Amino acid sequence: MFARTAWLVARKDLTVEVRSLEIAWTTLFFAVTVVLAFALALVREGQPPEDGAAGILWIAVTFAGTLALGRTFERERQSETLRALLLAPAARPAIYIGKLVGIVGLLFGVELVLVPLIALLFQEPMFAHPVWLAAILVTGTTGFAAVGTLFAAMLVRARSRDVLLPILLYPIIFPVIIAGVRGTATLLQPELELDLVRFWLLLLVTFDVVFITLALWTFEPLMTD
Amino acid sequence: MPKWFTLAAGVCALMFAVAPILIARAPYEAEMGLVQKIFYYHLPSAITFLVAAIVCGVASVRYLFGGSARQDRLAWAAAELVVLFGLITLVTGPLWARKSWGVWWQWDVRLTASLMGWMVAVAYLLVRKYGGPGSDKLGAGLALFGMANVPFIYISVNYWRTIHPSTTVVPTLPVSMGVPLWFSLASFILLFVVLLRMRVHLEEQRARVDQLYLSVDGN
Repeated sequence: MFARTAWLVARKDLTVEVRSLEIAWTTLFFAVTVVLAFALALVREGQPPEDGAAGILWIAVTFAGTLALGRTFERERQSETLRALLLAPAARPAIYIGKLVGIVGLLFGVELVLVPLIALLFQEPMFAHPVWLAAILVTGTTGFAAVGTLFAAMLVRARSRDVLLPILLYPIIFPVIIAGVRGTATLLQPELELDLVRFWLLLLVTFDVVFITLALWTFEPLMTD
Repeated sequence: MPKWFTLAAGVCALMFAVAPILIARAPYEAEMGLVQKIFYYHLPSAITFLVAAIVCGVASVRYLFGGSARQDRLAWAAAELVVLFGLITLVTGPLWARKSWGVWWQWDVRLTASLMGWMVAVAYLLVRKYGGPGSDKLGAGLALFGMANVPFIYISVNYWRTIHPSTTVVPTLPVSMGVPLWFSLASFILLFVVLLRMRVHLEEQRARVDQLYLSVDGN
């Protein structure tokens, strides 16, 4: 029942999104703009900065993710559907998981475009270890979205929600950014230090588990007036 | 206000008047010279910063899970003091670091963790001020996540080298330096208690005024 509710919420979000593609296109375009801005600022005479690609990838994901989070819940607010969703006789945590799956899916799509783009613009071997890179991206994005989905949902009723979302979200997700950037940067080294990659991956997985558990636990009291 | 408040405030003022004398009389440290005296402010404010953060976190969690408005007022008051004592810590730290390490700032684990903890408290205050209705729950959620975040910041930054002196230095201090240090710490903690009580009292009065307005409107 729980999984079914979560799946229905995720499918609803994806169906609405596929029909207009509004969030997908705007988020993707914004992410590409961020990467280009960094390329313009940092690449000098064809020489990209050392160790910059990993950081830029994660900053682009974070910024684009913030935009997507805001938009997803703005849509629910505009059509007054969040109240209906919360009134539905479904477990609140299942609604949270559904929303989370939708956001994570969207961000994966963005990353599929960002990784080759960064490989191209910053001349980095992004595809040297595709499985490890995918693992770090999946766990990092999930950690970011786990906190982001909860905060975005909480902020739906707040006055200056657009400004408050990054203010609340960024101080909490700094460890995810650090682990994601360090993990990705380790993969881009000429010699792969597997121990180090495993350490960052393990940290990301622990973060995901702890913060999804916390979000499931607090979603109910946080979403009641 | 409770009866002990005036007494505590008086004792606190007296302690802050005496502390500089004790600090001035403490011996000079051979390597750091006068700059070492910052230590008598830095460590006590850092510990008070931590105590305030714990008070804020615990009160927030209790409020979130069916606590009374009292817990919420306590959390808000504590968050303001986190920002205050955190600011003292973050200003005195670099002053010390400049002399000791030769740089103002290092991305060391303690520095980073303190800065991020401080930023969560600032975010908390921003939410409370500009969040509008429902910001009490929002703030409580933020404080809960901020607390859960601390070990992650610690582990992730610890993978870069740590140069901050560890806490094991403190018990090895000579008595001539230890006495002013512990005295400063006691003064800071007492100041924290006094300010916290005052701030909670202010919020209580505010809530009472609101209630009175409501009862007048109802008639």
